[in-house]
Amino acid sequence: MDDLRLVERDVDANNVKISAQKVQVYYGSNHAIKDVDVDIEDKTVTAFIGPSGCGKSTFLRCLNRMNDTIDVCRVEGTINLDGEDIYDERVDPVQLRAKVGMVFQKPNPFPKSIYDNVAYGPRIHGLASNKADLDVIVEKSLRRGAIWDEVKDRLDAPGTGLSGGQQQRLCIARAVATEPEVLLMDEPCSALDPIATAQVEELIDELRQRYSVVIVTHSMQQAARVSQKTAFFHLGNLVEFGETGQIFTNPEDPRTESYITGRIG
Amino acid sequence: MTSILAALVFVAGFAAYFVGRQRATALAGANPAEMHSRPSYHGFFGFLIVVICGFGALILVNLVSSYQMNSAMMSTIAERLPSSSNIERQLIVSDARALAVGAVASASDDLRQELAASFARMANIWAWVRVLGVLGLVAMAFLYAQNKVSLTWRARNQSEFLVQIVLGVMATIAVLTTVGIVLSLIFETLSFFSKIDWRIDKFLFGTTWSPLSGVHSGEMDADKVGAIPLFAGTLMITMIAMVVAVPIGLFAAIYLSDFASPRFRAIAKPMLEILAGIPTVVYGFFAAITVAPLFRGAGDSIGIPIASESALVAGMVMGIMIIPFISSLSDDVINAVPQALRDGSYGLGATRAETITKVVLPAALPGIVSAALLGFSRAVGETMIVVMAAGQGANLTANPFEAVTTVTVQIVMLITGDTEAETAAGPAFTLGFTLFCVTLLMNVAAQRIVARYREMYD
Ligand SMILES: Nc1ncnc2c1ncn2[C@@H]1O[C@H](COP(=O)(O)OP(=O)(O)OP(=O)(O)O)[C@@H](O)[C@H]1O
Ligand SMILES: [Mg+2]
Repeated sequence: MDDLRLVERDVDANNVKISAQKVQVYYGSNHAIKDVDVDIEDKTVTAFIGPSGCGKSTFLRCLNRMNDTIDVCRVEGTINLDGEDIYDERVDPVQLRAKVGMVFQKPNPFPKSIYDNVAYGPRIHGLASNKADLDVIVEKSLRRGAIWDEVKDRLDAPGTGLSGGQQQRLCIARAVATEPEVLLMDEPCSALDPIATAQVEELIDELRQRYSVVIVTHSMQQAARVSQKTAFFHLGNLVEFGETGQIFTNPEDPRTESYITGRIG
Repeated sequence: MTSILAALVFVAGFAAYFVGRQRATALAGANPAEMHSRPSYHGFFGFLIVVICGFGALILVNLVSSYQMNSAMMSTIAERLPSSSNIERQLIVSDARALAVGAVASASDDLRQELAASFARMANIWAWVRVLGVLGLVAMAFLYAQNKVSLTWRARNQSEFLVQIVLGVMATIAVLTTVGIVLSLIFETLSFFSKIDWRIDKFLFGTTWSPLSGVHSGEMDADKVGAIPLFAGTLMITMIAMVVAVPIGLFAAIYLSDFASPRFRAIAKPMLEILAGIPTVVYGFFAAITVAPLFRGAGDSIGIPIASESALVAGMVMGIMIIPFISSLSDDVINAVPQALRDGSYGLGATRAETITKVVLPAALPGIVSAALLGFSRAVGETMIVVMAAGQGANLTANPFEAVTTVTVQIVMLITGDTEAETAAGPAFTLGFTLFCVTLLMNVAAQRIVARYREMYD
């Protein structure tokens, strides 16, 4: 069995986008992530599943160093992006986050207009040379976030005035507007209705053509629908990681099986 | 006398508590559940009713007695000296009171002696009325409360009702005091305006301020009450203070909330708050004794004449005084900006500077503006620093190196000067009322802005 896995990994190694080895995360004395090894491939959707509090968000935040903003948080191990250690001293987290974008678990639109929310990233990274370009980027991003039709007439209205689900899609639009190479999505659909969910899943599928996407989800169906790889976390450990089809139909670990069939949660 | 009575009322109240609770406990016997209220509520009801009746009687008797004695003496004076003014009569009354208790009076003549004797007589009678009235009422309240103790008596509801009344009375007192102060400001202002023949324009737009020079008692010269030099001086000093305080305070707040290590923050924040605790009189003599000579010396060496009392010095020291005020309030609002917003910005690859200038500050701006407005209203009303460092002459100038005067300084001079109160009070109250309006406006504006800002995150 082990041999089989090794072979599989070797084949994939050439298009690994992010490779994490022996990652430990501590919040003060709380050991939240224990010895996690994961390879996230390019042009692939990777799903993180697992019961609440198992460390999915925490691990996701390691991948673009968002944990730097938490004082008590300490990350150990190596995480390579395109073969370069992102926790190396020479790496600027600002540049890293421009490449590895993030949609947060709770929608957090800025208290600015809808337009300015989406234009925020392109503006600071200088992606548009003039107003017309910026307009194009904003419209395209809002369309990809599946919210264009709802807000096209009120781009000047404050983003904080939208409903929870609309805010979340605005945040998705805001994240894709900077054209990241990797998009980390922390439960992007937890506040969305089935139609918007389907649209976001469509977006994820579209993004996969060019980028790699990591999505945290509590919906097994969603993980099965959108992802090619699935990682199952439990109590801070990575229990199982592999092809999504394999995980859902033929899990190796009894914990994975009981989680998927709804016996731990 | 009164304090002994008050102590007695309290003793009776505690007695009512213990006796009432004792009786209720005995009455409940083995079956306390049948009683509507727990025994301690029966006791509490006794305490409340005794104390309320006792103090009510005490206050009532004191009010009535002082009113009666005063009006009796006043009418005597009115008979003897029909031509005397109200102030003279009040002076005689207070002299008579002083003589009656053997204290020092401003003068002692037959009338005063006679009044003192009659005052002593009346006071003696009232003392008995007070003791008997208060103790009698307390005794009645005590018996009433003990009599009420029974299984069905709703002592809990009744005591809650009494507590509610006491709280309501306290709240009313607080509100009425405010209303009273504002009303007296308004009336004094109106009476001042009537003395200058309602030339309010001359007060608001005139440029000569020397209200007490060459006027006969009780009169005002409309041409000499132009408050523009005062307003201009106040504005200039306040502006200098804001120019010092807003940038320093705001940058300090940004540094403390988003850059400083938790350890530094833990030390620096209390330090700033200590700065806020320095009495303004200390800032005042610091300005006058330390800063002013320093500035004058520096001015001399580069050829700019700086007066020893100057708007610049007063404004800068006042700015230093306001820094902690602005930094502490701004720090609070900047900290209130949710971490999720900062995360959102960092997550898009923004630097710390971009995050602060483009997300945090705009989100906190209403709070910062209101902090600045509150600082402004502090500066406008600040007195001690300007009294010591700004100057007294009503001098209309745009040069910050010269002495200017402020509204507050002029109020101080009017009230502490040796002109009789009746003449000086008019302009002082009017200036005070103007100041009150400006500060009120500022505070209301600040509160509105803060309220709107709160809505955004709730
Ligand atoms: N900012 C923090 N400070 C301290 N401990 C934290 C912090 N964030 C998370 N933790 C701890 O880390 C552990 C993992 O939390 P995490 O948010 O990663 O869980 P999760 O898998 O995303 O759960 P959910 O599905 O509910 O979002 C939890 O035990 C949590 O208490
Ligand atoms: Mg989570």
